[in-house]
Amino acid sequence: MIRDITIGQYYQTKSVMHRLDPRVKLLGTLLFVIAIFTYKNPVGYVLGIIFLCTVIKLSHVPIKFITKGLKGILMILLLTVLINLFLTPGTALVSFWKLTITYEGVAVALTMILRLTMLIMGSSIVTLTTTPNNLTDGLEKGLGFMKIFRVPVGDVAMMMSIALRFIPILLEETDRIMKAQLARGADFESGNLVKKARALVPVLVPLFVSAFRRAGDLAMAMEARCYRGGDGRTKMKPLIYKKRDVIAYIVLFAFMVISIWMGRWSVITDFFNSLYTDLILK
Amino acid sequence: MPLILDHVSQIYNADTENPVKALDDVNLVIPEGQFIGVIGHTGSGKSTLIQHMNGLILPTSGNVYYNGKDITDKDFNKKELRKHVGLVFQYPEHQLFETDVFADVCFGPGNIGMTRKEAEMAAFDALRKVSFPEDLYYASVFELSGGQKRRAAIAGVLAMKPDFLILDEPTAGLDPVGRTEILDMVSELHKTAGITIILVSHSMEDVARYVERVVVMDKGRVAYDDVPREVFSHSEELEAMGLAIPEPSKIARQLVKNGLDVDPGVLTSEEAADSIYKALMKNR
Amino acid sequence: MGKPHKVKLKSMDIVKTDNLVFEYIRRDDEGNPTGVTTALDHVNIDVRQGEFVGILGHNGSGKSTFAKHLNAILYPTEGTVIVNGMNTTDEDKLWDVRSSAGMVFQNPDNQIIGQVVEEDVGFGPENLGVPTKEIWSRVEESLRAVGMLEHRLKSPGKLSGGQKQRVSIAGVLAMHPKCIILDEPTAMLDPSGRREVVRAIRGLNDVEKMTVILITHYMDEVVHADRIFVMDKGKVVMQGTPREIFSEVPALEALRLDVPGPTRIAWELKRKGLPLPDGILTCEELITEIEKCR
Repeated sequence: MIRDITIGQYYQTKSVMHRLDPRVKLLGTLLFVIAIFTYKNPVGYVLGIIFLCTVIKLSHVPIKFITKGLKGILMILLLTVLINLFLTPGTALVSFWKLTITYEGVAVALTMILRLTMLIMGSSIVTLTTTPNNLTDGLEKGLGFMKIFRVPVGDVAMMMSIALRFIPILLEETDRIMKAQLARGADFESGNLVKKARALVPVLVPLFVSAFRRAGDLAMAMEARCYRGGDGRTKMKPLIYKKRDVIAYIVLFAFMVISIWMGRWSVITDFFNSLYTDLILK
Repeated sequence: MPLILDHVSQIYNADTENPVKALDDVNLVIPEGQFIGVIGHTGSGKSTLIQHMNGLILPTSGNVYYNGKDITDKDFNKKELRKHVGLVFQYPEHQLFETDVFADVCFGPGNIGMTRKEAEMAAFDALRKVSFPEDLYYASVFELSGGQKRRAAIAGVLAMKPDFLILDEPTAGLDPVGRTEILDMVSELHKTAGITIILVSHSMEDVARYVERVVVMDKGRVAYDDVPREVFSHSEELEAMGLAIPEPSKIARQLVKNGLDVDPGVLTSEEAADSIYKALMKNR
Repeated sequence: MGKPHKVKLKSMDIVKTDNLVFEYIRRDDEGNPTGVTTALDHVNIDVRQGEFVGILGHNGSGKSTFAKHLNAILYPTEGTVIVNGMNTTDEDKLWDVRSSAGMVFQNPDNQIIGQVVEEDVGFGPENLGVPTKEIWSRVEESLRAVGMLEHRLKSPGKLSGGQKQRVSIAGVLAMHPKCIILDEPTAMLDPSGRREVVRAIRGLNDVEKMTVILITHYMDEVVHADRIFVMDKGKVVMQGTPREIFSEVPALEALRLDVPGPTRIAWELKRKGLPLPDGILTCEELITEIEKCR
């Protein structure tokens, strides 16, 4: 039943993207997102798409796994499009009832679709090529500088990795609890939403009780093994930059500088703006 | 009405490269009134097996019949089946959720359409049958001891007035006296209330002492299905399946090999001691 | 019995408790005190270097509470607990105490932290600040000691209960403790899991000369121990060698404990008048003794 849900969508295969240091991938995602939100003309987007396609190609992850992430945000995507289509002021394209679609609205909506799609696909690549553990390590090390602001980065990373370890255990436990209650005649399927929600009480109570007990046990076990926060810990598998990571950084920075510069270069932007005005005027 | 498993197989991950045969062509007839022990190593398929008996899992192939009806039929009412075939899982913590014991025991009867009054009567009856301490009827389910939780969980299913009661490892984690108390109580349910009991356990000692029929599961198949004496006579085969035969049987069999006239079918320490003593006296 | 007699140095007490008392205040739902429970009542237990000590008792006898004192998870209300020469109440020595007295708990799922076996074993040394290279060698030797080296890259979720507990033991070993305390490590396992864990524990004591304190309610697990302490209601009610303890069948049964099968049969036979020696522990012993009676 519930065990079919897969958590952490890591796609196991071998590729240069899998081998990259998680910090490179995390910073890369950040830069990529910043970049696609700064582009002002189509050239920027074209460069961004080329970059994205290259990365996908390098990752050896089948494209259907990458587009799967888009299904989840379909509603958000549609909502953004509708709001932008109808609420952007400008030159009217079509008008019906009280609603008006403007040329500017179409342009903004298209831009938003493009940006969100690229954003989701870009970040999917990172989660698909990095194990949750590796990702946590990357976050811990990459955000290490936050320690000077007294952010307990190590503890937060530990919390994340423990959560990841316990999700499958708790899912399996949920499955068992549901079966135990089904055997007592519980019904999770029929009835309206309120009834269905109430039917979950007999599942949620034992689940929470068990989760709290586990948390207590785990805290004790960790203390017994001398865990006293992130300070002073050494690492069994420390993250060390390799040659390929340095190369990846150089390519990443170079590409981002060029694409942002081209994407915002006034000469190109002005050219497309005049083209656009001409088209509407005609 | 008997419960019949007819060529039941269960295959997990059938569409992947390494499918798992959890059950492999299992045939069992369970007439009413029996006290059956199901034993097997972890992963032998015994848990999967019992979940087929009340429709929590449907077979990949084969059929399960109860009361002359095929429970694998689409329009078969599974809730009705679960009323007759009660299943208590290993961890009582997985089912206890109400504020107090009594309310929790009323949950099952309420689900199967008893009125409030009927449910409460059934709950009282069930709690009494499992000898649950009366002063704890309104105690919080989270403050009970291990043995009390176990009793409350069994009562929760018993209150639905099942004809078959399946108990999955009801003694796990209890101390010796706690184990004996629970098993005595179950045995009493079988004798006085006439409920058919299916006891799943990996403790051969527990099974040997109480049941009249033993089903041994191994790799998803029924390896043995006979009276305890017969089943435990296959000691080498059982040990190869990762099952330890009761120590008294083991000792008796070794003594027989050494030429002493001991009954090789003894199951408990008392029986073994009696038989060994008699054999030694005869020799003198 | 099968085990060679060990030379014992009296001065080398790894663990020593002196009139250890632990009391806690019971509270009702509103948090008002309703009474005091004495969980440990003047407990004196000493464990020497290299010993295998069994602590027996039924659920609620205080044995787990005792275990938690050795690792400074709980502190005595009265009396002292000395671990490897350190008082557990000495705050400066807290982490030294915890790394000297390694602890394995009951539920295998709730004490494995890593998502890969080897990473979990490395968790303790990481916390102690052991250099990376040494962590790797410690992880390897610890996994080898419990026979789990071949599973080092597996996810804990894919292991059996017995294997998970052996990983937990390795995780403690990698901290290089002076002794290892196992608090009902087999209570949630099936018979074959129990056997493999007990075998691993015995191996640690025999081969690695690790001091072991095994807390359990299964008597057959401590048949090979050097000494046994039996607890009831927070007190040590019996102590001695397994042979001494297991000859007291009625007393043990009164304490809600399970006497090993062979011991039980021997006791019954003895009661019937057979001249068997006291405290028979294993099937082989019993059979040999019965043969002598023919």
